[in-house]
Amino acid sequence: MTHLARLRRDRALVLLMAPGIAYFLVFHYVAMFANVIAFKEYVPFVGVGGSAWVGLDNFQALLGDAGFWAAALNTVLLSLLQIVFFFPLPVALAMLLYSVTRGSVRKFVQSVVYLPHFVSWVIVVALFQQVLGGAGLLNGLFGDGNAHLIDVIGNPDAFKPLMVVELVWKDCGWGTIIILAALHNVDDGLYEAAAIDGAGPWRRFWHVTLPSIRAVLVLLLILRLGDVLTVGFEQILLQRDAFGADAAEVIDTFVYYQGIVQGNWGFAAAAALFKGLVGAVLVFSANKIAHRLGEQGVYR
Amino acid sequence: MSLAVFDRKPDSAPDRSEGRTPAPRRTDRRTPPPRRTGRPAWMEKPKPLTRAGKAVALALTVALVVIPFWVVLATSFAPDQQVVDNGGWALWPQEWSFKAYDKILSGGVVTHALLVSAGVTVFGTLASLVCTVFLAYALARPGVVGGKPVMLMVLFTFLFPPGMIPSFLVVDGLGLRNSYWALVLPVLISAFNLVVIRGFFQGIPEELYEAARLDGAGELRTLFTIVLPLSKAVIAVVGLFYAVSYWNDFFRAVLYLDDAGMWPLQTVMRQYVTQGQNLTDDASAAGLAVQAPQTMRMAVVVLGTVPILCVYPFVQRYFAKGVLTGAVKS
Repeated sequence: MTHLARLRRDRALVLLMAPGIAYFLVFHYVAMFANVIAFKEYVPFVGVGGSAWVGLDNFQALLGDAGFWAAALNTVLLSLLQIVFFFPLPVALAMLLYSVTRGSVRKFVQSVVYLPHFVSWVIVVALFQQVLGGAGLLNGLFGDGNAHLIDVIGNPDAFKPLMVVELVWKDCGWGTIIILAALHNVDDGLYEAAAIDGAGPWRRFWHVTLPSIRAVLVLLLILRLGDVLTVGFEQILLQRDAFGADAAEVIDTFVYYQGIVQGNWGFAAAAALFKGLVGAVLVFSANKIAHRLGEQGVYR
Repeated sequence: MSLAVFDRKPDSAPDRSEGRTPAPRRTDRRTPPPRRTGRPAWMEKPKPLTRAGKAVALALTVALVVIPFWVVLATSFAPDQQVVDNGGWALWPQEWSFKAYDKILSGGVVTHALLVSAGVTVFGTLASLVCTVFLAYALARPGVVGGKPVMLMVLFTFLFPPGMIPSFLVVDGLGLRNSYWALVLPVLISAFNLVVIRGFFQGIPEELYEAARLDGAGELRTLFTIVLPLSKAVIAVVGLFYAVSYWNDFFRAVLYLDDAGMWPLQTVMRQYVTQGQNLTDDASAAGLAVQAPQTMRMAVVVLGTVPILCVYPFVQRYFAKGVLTGAVKS
């Protein structure tokens, strides 16, 4: 069938697709094109097309900028903390939930732990202030008078651990969904056979559960590694001022303050582009490594 | 390139006139995975210590989630004096007072912001659902003209999402700044939601589409009378995702709306609750004790949470149905 004939046959479908295609073209592909300002001295008044090309000047300035490297270091540190302390928790919680044999209990706990995922970061930050803040619940209950027992909110040293704890509180429960699905897909016969062969709970976990959900865990780890330069823009932007830029500036907030707030458009776009390229390289390499280890990875 | 996570099966059917027999696991996707209830015969009875440990861990998990919500709720309903005496919080109101809610709901900044949020959420969710469902339906039909390149175009955006600066330039270039369109259009379709819905539509047996076509139904009619009634669960979940993302967004307003009077609730909340600015711009009110408006601040937080709490139970039961995991290769 020629393309024209197929177009005629599918004209209704093409009409249905039109708004969606227009959205992706304008807000993703035209936007992608707007990244060229990383190679320009962008002046809003003359627009993207009219601004002068400056080659790699913005990238040169970026690589020589101490603020950028400080932000990059914060980002990577925070990301590693998240991978080490956040990543295993949904797995553990999912195991715990899966081991609950009473359906009603499991459902109740699931409903409760999924909930924080749907609450905005503004509210999460407010909740944490109300519980951990100087005028909050814990200091009120256990601190004696003027001395603050818990000095977390606004303390730069506590910033990174606090970000991880907030993330755990918000998304640990939600993270169990995908693990639970993987656990449900494990053939019960394997457990039964292992039990009959005399394997106790730990050996069943080690020899049946873990190998069965390994592919999913590897997949999640790859996705997380590819995102190592992304650490929750909204969460950090909301708390950056309270903790100070030294502790709390990450690449995404750096881009926001340099570009939108201070108007160094080309410079900020260069930082974002740099981050995107490094991220893409990371996903590709992590995926390649996964293939080499015999896993399926994210894509072929 | 094909993203294995999101593509259960590549669009291999070249022409949709060739009927395909649905593989059994595709129809299986919507039936929940077998639930284990009760202990299987081969599993040993857990030791009392293990059981107690598990019970404590579960209770602790639930408590850690619930307590922060409770403190905020209790503080918002407590009398001002109690909150001030405590230093900014209350675990149990001495008497239940609605004064804080009366104040913030009797017109003014918060009331207006609440209306803005509600409007953006309702309109945005509808617009997003319509556009997503239309595109997903067309892309789910095997052999549709342009289907492959369009799907690739969508999947590619997973790898390279548009950055903040380019998005800002596009919104600015379209003249959408300082208009509520800027809160909706840049995030109209989520590629993830699109892939979820498309995957679900593909799981509907091809015979149903053919029966509809033989009966003379056009595409729109097939979509509305055959496909959508079968897809209530996935539409509900994706609708919740869209609604929550519109309701929760504070940043787009900061970015695109220069006039604070236009701001939605979350943006206003950020200013008054987490940044601790005073709720009224009135100079005399600014002189009040810092703790005095704490009940009002917490009432704003409650108002920001309640709509989600209201919708959540109705949609939550669909999560388990494999709607989400259907998009992920198991």
